[in-house]
Amino acid sequence: MDNIENLATRFQERIDAGEKIEPKDWMPEKYRKTHIRQISQHAHSEIVGMLPEGNWITRAPSLKRKLGLLAKVQDEAGHGLYLYSAAETLGISRDEMTQQLLTGKAKYSSIFNYPTLTWADIGAIGWLVDGAAIINQVMLTRTSFGPYARAMVRICKEESFHQRQGYEIMLTLCNGTPEQKEMAQDALNRTWWPALMMFGPRDEDSPNTKQSMAWKIKRKTNDELRQQFVDITVPQAEFLGLKMPDPEIKWNEERGHYDFGAIDWDEFWQVVKGNGPCNKERIAARQKAWDDGQWVRDAALAYSAKKSENEEKSNGIKAQRSEGKIA
Amino acid sequence: MSNKKEWPLFEIFIRSKNGLEHRHAGSLHAADPTMALENARDVYTRRQEGVSIWVVESKDIHASNPEQAGELFEPAKDKVYRHPTFYELPIELKHI
Amino acid sequence: MKDQLTKYLMMLGDNAMILGHRLSELCGHGPTLETDIALTNISLDLYGQVRSYFQYAAELSGEGVTEDTIAFLRKERTYLNVVLLEQPNENFAHVIVRQFLYDMFQSFLTPALMRSTDERIAAIAAKSIKETKYHLRFSTQWMKRLGAGTEESKSKIQAAVNHLLPFTDELFVMTAVEKEMLEQGIGPDLQSFKEDYYIKVQEVLEQAELSLPEAAPRVVKGKTGIHSEHMGYILNELQYMQRAYPQMEW
Repeated sequence: MDNIENLATRFQERIDAGEKIEPKDWMPEKYRKTHIRQISQHAHSEIVGMLPEGNWITRAPSLKRKLGLLAKVQDEAGHGLYLYSAAETLGISRDEMTQQLLTGKAKYSSIFNYPTLTWADIGAIGWLVDGAAIINQVMLTRTSFGPYARAMVRICKEESFHQRQGYEIMLTLCNGTPEQKEMAQDALNRTWWPALMMFGPRDEDSPNTKQSMAWKIKRKTNDELRQQFVDITVPQAEFLGLKMPDPEIKWNEERGHYDFGAIDWDEFWQVVKGNGPCNKERIAARQKAWDDGQWVRDAALAYSAKKSENEEKSNGIKAQRSEGKIA
Repeated sequence: MSNKKEWPLFEIFIRSKNGLEHRHAGSLHAADPTMALENARDVYTRRQEGVSIWVVESKDIHASNPEQAGELFEPAKDKVYRHPTFYELPIELKHI
Repeated sequence: MKDQLTKYLMMLGDNAMILGHRLSELCGHGPTLETDIALTNISLDLYGQVRSYFQYAAELSGEGVTEDTIAFLRKERTYLNVVLLEQPNENFAHVIVRQFLYDMFQSFLTPALMRSTDERIAAIAAKSIKETKYHLRFSTQWMKRLGAGTEESKSKIQAAVNHLLPFTDELFVMTAVEKEMLEQGIGPDLQSFKEDYYIKVQEVLEQAELSLPEAAPRVVKGKTGIHSEHMGYILNELQYMQRAYPQMEW
């Protein structure tokens, strides 16, 4: 028999060779656990992310915008669903994952703990938050775990309209009245820093990066991705005629990148710990949906059980008939 | 905490258009097959991805064991005579 | 006559919009992800119908009127939806029963509108009939699941039926607008399918192991612009942006 070390070496060789790992394949326990953690956190982020944006569905300013936003928030439910399914292939149930979210054992992206205060926030989220997410997600379409990579392919395909929708909202505001443009600037000011934090702690504070790279959960470090995001976004803000809320943003010819100011990591860790402006409300909303839905989920199961019982009975009769026992 | 039962998991197969086979699209939860079909329609065909849906309860799928992949699939590797390129014919020959 | 047609279009559109609004409140709060997605799909279908009706109404109204001014900038008394659809999302049972009662009504109204002498309305109806059929299937299934599910679900959905069914009488009232439409061959005689509607509703209630409440019909007049107290709050949200920032492009 193979010993664990041999298996682990062969496992890593398969990943290095670009092979995908499928759920029933042998995998190191740590690989399984890391994936359950990461995929479920990703799923939770989609689901919790529905709340700040959902906050504006009933107040969207036009029918066209309302439909666009509804469809987008619905997509997020779908994406959460795809991701939960991918995690379920590793032997954890969706209910367990939900409980981990509700009890605070599992985390989700901190950005969703900030409130959406104006319609422009919907634009800023689409542009910046989805923009940041896409950078991460495109990378993940090539990750080593098959179900995760496949979920990401589907998600990236669907998500391409989200960022465009957000940017278009911003563009409309910036081409509108001064009041609208001010609304857009304010949304950028409030969303920018939390969006930068989405890439996670600095590389030196991110001890798992090396392992994640080996498993292709990551192909670039947090800081590399953050830089990539800044480089893409600054010209987009210029196009809108908006001012970046960071006086230190400046093109660095030598590096070939934009320099930018220091992130407030204290705030980041405070929000991660649960002390952000909306952490409690987000979890309370998910808890309420869970509690209010319990009797509905139970009823559907009870009905299904009754129905299949009845079917069995009627099938029984059919079988007996064919044997001529009931004339 | 909940110790209640969860809606079972279903695997979803979608035919994207007539003439093509059903392909695995993903999975979802539903209380029964009827609901699974409806959920699949809402979850996996929102962008006109399909014209036909199959749903199968995940627990009803029998899968080969990856640990037996060697004995199952590798013996086919050296059966090159099953492929047309194995047979050498003069190049000027057409339509064969 | 053009005025009456415009009002009729608003009536049709307002029903879809107020129900679509109620459903959209649930996005992100459904009992499962799958159900959440399904309800949002219905909301999206309804809002699609809203746009078709309001765009047509805007064309008839001329200068300065758009689908959005119709949707967002009217006074409460000129919204013409039935009061049934304003009823809040008390719980999932209320959501399903409200949906079912409306879908069943639409399953009679929409085919009738497909025969409208107004080609535009006939075309909108022809497009929405498929949606209507699916919605009815969805809500009927859930009527049965909740009615014949557990004791708890049965009592919840029976309570919802008892509360909501008395509002359905209004669906069949022929207002002045609808009488005019009937005369023009644009809209049907609602009374002509009232009996069949209740037969069908009762059929489903029986399949769902529920009983038909004996409560008298509610005297409500949403179709003439007299709404429930819920309506002001719905409009408060619906109109928020257009009222707070008038005359801007979004």
